[in-house]
Amino acid sequence: MKEKVNYWKIFYNGIIPANPIFVLLLGMCATLGTTSSAYNGLMMGIATAAVLICSNVVISLIKNLVPDKVRIPAFIVIIASFVTVLQLVVNAWLPSLNASLGIFIPLIVVNCILLGRAEAFASRNGIFASFLDGLGSGIGFIFALVLLGATREILGTGKIFGAEIYPEDYGMLVFVLAPGAFIALGYLIAIVNRIRKTY
Amino acid sequence: MLTYFSIVITAIFINNIVFAQFLGICPFLGVSKKTSSALGMGAAVTFVITIATVVAWLLQVYVLDPLGLQFLQTIVFILVIAFLVQLLEIAMKKTMPALYQALGVFLPLITTNCAVLGVAILVIQKNFNLMEAIIYGVSTSIGFTLALWIFAGIREQLDLLPVPKAMKGIPVALLCAGILAMAFMGFSGIKFD
Repeated sequence: MKEKVNYWKIFYNGIIPANPIFVLLLGMCATLGTTSSAYNGLMMGIATAAVLICSNVVISLIKNLVPDKVRIPAFIVIIASFVTVLQLVVNAWLPSLNASLGIFIPLIVVNCILLGRAEAFASRNGIFASFLDGLGSGIGFIFALVLLGATREILGTGKIFGAEIYPEDYGMLVFVLAPGAFIALGYLIAIVNRIRKTY
Repeated sequence: MLTYFSIVITAIFINNIVFAQFLGICPFLGVSKKTSSALGMGAAVTFVITIATVVAWLLQVYVLDPLGLQFLQTIVFILVIAFLVQLLEIAMKKTMPALYQALGVFLPLITTNCAVLGVAILVIQKNFNLMEAIIYGVSTSIGFTLALWIFAGIREQLDLLPVPKAMKGIPVALLCAGILAMAFMGFSGIKFD
């Protein structure tokens, strides 16, 4: 029974208490750069979460084989390999997504969340726990990206996932452009802070 | 000559790496509390971006392209950058201890700065020749340093203001970054024909 509670905690931790974006403030580049619409945010979130889960599991598998001194380069190579696989998959099956996310797909390699979870969790814990940790953090990341993407899309174009809510003429175009990303994320983090009452 | 000039102006102002391309946001938010450390970080990043861009360009053109190994680009580039940062750290410790002392803290952070990998990949995507690649790398890092420096100045003042509790720290910094990005959007009217 005790084990079960622990697993739930590991999974839940990444979603709200240690949400990669709203709480830990990691992986900002991809967050700001790919959330011009809710769909793009969702896709980027899924891509990053997939790499995170795979790399977490593999790093947990090899944690006893890799000498301590070269562990960071080894982690980076593992993460880069999965990103390359993802690049090829996206290129083959979702070319339109490849065009809209552009350079941010290869840049998943340098997303601090991946190396952060590898170093802080997967290199010290079992396979199943690492899988759950990756899944939790991944869902937390997807959740944050979709929220930010949806906020920007509604304010900027009056749509959500492409479905019209109010006429586009009333939208504030700036929220789809670069400045809106910073402003929307700033307010979202402030709201999350207010709800969590962390200050 | 005009192409070089337009690359410089575009990279620094019109397509600023932080405000328009969203690269290098982590150090932008992390190391921008003081203007002095912002300049230190800027110098370290300029150094690494320039060397990494040249090495990555040479590897892409003379190794990956002839062998048809373009799909290995991401892995090769990130390894080159990690290796370069390590090497620089060792070399600077031996030859330039003063500079090493000044940049010390920032050097290891640069490996995970997406601006470095981003610029290396962008240079290949834009089909630049070596000279253009170097100029693009240098001016992008000047743009990064400029953004970091302006932002650090604003944050120093921001600490003294009565900001609502929930907005303190990162949220209000992000709002300022948004307004700065809006200011930088003004440059997008500049055209080179």
